[in-house]
Amino acid sequence: MNSLKLIGLAFGASLALSSAAMAQDLTIAVAGPMTGGESAFGRQMKNGAEQAVGDINAAGGVLGKKLALDVEDDACDPKQARSVAEKIASARIPFVAGHYCSSSSIPASEAYADGNVLQITPASTNPLFTERKLWNVARVCGRDDQQGLVAAEYIAKNYKGKNVAILNDKTTYGKGLADETKKALNKVGFTEKMFESYNKGDKDFNAIVSRLKRENIDLVYVGGYHQESGLILRQMRDQGLQTVLMAGDALADKEFASITGPAAEGTLFTFGPDPRNKPTAKSIVERFKAKGIDPEGYTLYTYAAMQVWSQAAAKAGTIDPKKVMDTIKGGAWDTVIGKMEFDSKGDIKQIDYVVYKWDAKGNYTEINPKAS
Amino acid sequence: MPTRGSDLRGNGRVNFSSGSGMDYFAQQLINGIVLGSIYGLIAIGYTMVYGIVGMINFAHGDIFMIGGFIALIAFLILVSVGLTTVPVILLIVLLVSMAITALYGWTVERIAYRPLRHSFRLAPMLSAIGMSFVLSNYSQITQGARVKPVPPIITGGYTLLEKNGFVVRLSNVQIIVVITTIVLLAIFTWLVARTRLGRDMRACEQDQTMAALLGVDVDRTISMTFVIGAALAAVAGMMYLLYYGLVDFFMGFVAGIKAFTAAVLGGIGSLPGAMLGGLAIGLIETLWSAYFSVEYKDVAAFSILIVVLIFLPTGLLGRPEVEKV
Repeated sequence: MNSLKLIGLAFGASLALSSAAMAQDLTIAVAGPMTGGESAFGRQMKNGAEQAVGDINAAGGVLGKKLALDVEDDACDPKQARSVAEKIASARIPFVAGHYCSSSSIPASEAYADGNVLQITPASTNPLFTERKLWNVARVCGRDDQQGLVAAEYIAKNYKGKNVAILNDKTTYGKGLADETKKALNKVGFTEKMFESYNKGDKDFNAIVSRLKRENIDLVYVGGYHQESGLILRQMRDQGLQTVLMAGDALADKEFASITGPAAEGTLFTFGPDPRNKPTAKSIVERFKAKGIDPEGYTLYTYAAMQVWSQAAAKAGTIDPKKVMDTIKGGAWDTVIGKMEFDSKGDIKQIDYVVYKWDAKGNYTEINPKAS
Repeated sequence: MPTRGSDLRGNGRVNFSSGSGMDYFAQQLINGIVLGSIYGLIAIGYTMVYGIVGMINFAHGDIFMIGGFIALIAFLILVSVGLTTVPVILLIVLLVSMAITALYGWTVERIAYRPLRHSFRLAPMLSAIGMSFVLSNYSQITQGARVKPVPPIITGGYTLLEKNGFVVRLSNVQIIVVITTIVLLAIFTWLVARTRLGRDMRACEQDQTMAALLGVDVDRTISMTFVIGAALAAVAGMMYLLYYGLVDFFMGFVAGIKAFTAAVLGGIGSLPGAMLGGLAIGLIETLWSAYFSVEYKDVAAFSILIVVLIFLPTGLLGRPEVEKV
């Protein structure tokens, strides 16, 4: 019995020690879809955040403390996002990089605002995220009203007189993006032939594909995520349809091509100029590659969100979220994807979107919309 | 990917008329029948278990998901050992996933339902919901949280009709899905109607105690019911993998709900009813999407279910329950 007590004592002591070590660290969080259909992007965020925390700690941490990373999973579900946000707030974590889906970021941001947590989203592009005048939100990516504009410009230029359909998945992100693109298209006098919505999570799009076929659609614009876009594309080709698919930033992961196979060739999407090619990202991209990770999509955006916060906290001399946010909005920050300044709403001042095209080998590259 | 259909880019053509008639309907009918076949295959598992044990096996959707994963794993293994003949691969994958998934079905019954068989009526149902969580989390942990895609395995197809630039296409995958469904349905209908096992199953359905008194091994018969249901779910899982090209750990839920609805619509407990219900749900969803809005296809399917249940409380082919004395 004695030995058992001893083990218990040792166990208790080690617990106490480890929690003491935890108290020394400063915990920050990354939240996104680590499971579910969007988990490819959750993994991008986790990779970016882990690398950023590692690099910041190697450089001495923030305010003399080492950072510890808490990874939370919202499964792109608004309810789960809200409870993750409450969990983070009750743990008194001062900063979260998250979430991915706009429909998660927006409800979560209210819980963060109440719980005194600063939130920078690397990926949520719905305008509403920063339009609600919350004190605690900022984003390092662009907005769908700009993204839709670029998409509409491309479509109006290259598909003049052709038939265009717009689909959306009824989510905050998908519907928002489809609406912005439609608005921008209609503004230049371009009317889409079909505007339909589907359910996120659907697998069977054959009925809608036959409709596209009946209407002789040349280009279908999808406001939605990569899994559904991939399935729509695949089912279009199965039904003998050569219609081009175009979508938003949600296609910026190689997983899209693994769903579609070689059918991905010719598919278009809008995204920021490839962050991996920025001169500021060179050494960090090499460090990712050395670990066997391709820092595509929102990986480097998440890294940048972490950098903005850590630099602002160092400058403000505190981790108090309100003061750090004031500092963020009042300064300019050198990040892996370039210099960043924020406006009073929390949006970055320099936003640009470009059009990308997938090739048959499962890679995507920027195309110059003006040239084609 | 080779597609034999002609290029459909309308050269600036203004058209509403092309393909608005029978050819469009035919294409949508094909879409609906294929989707309905997959629903039907899953629905059979619900209906057989309900018929014999009188419980809804909520874990059945997840058994379907497991079937999809096993088909994927079997497929990847066969490809990696260098097998390239597609029909041989398909046959081996089909048999392997049926066998292993059947084992899952048997195990689930053995550990989660059999100990509760003489407990109160809701106990096995709750246990089934628990099993559903266990299975989906199990595959999340062992297979990862990500979607698992496969590149298109079977490509190509036939152009059935071409009118005014509208091409009605039947792809090879669709043919395989429908033929497999018909063949399996025929085999299992024969099994239930003509074999010793089928007779035992029907006896257990009527009265388990009496069947036991007359020498039917009730436990074994119930186990076999789960095994058959799981094997059919595995086929559905494999067809799903071939047709849509991906599986994920949470796909069992939605598919399970749809198939359960199909089983209820067709008359739960009835084997042809399950197939009919599956086809009905598939066709309603597809045709509603085709002529009305895609957005409300689930609303349409469930509204029709409600209407049917008001007028035919036991479903399309269900028999009214006889009060057992």
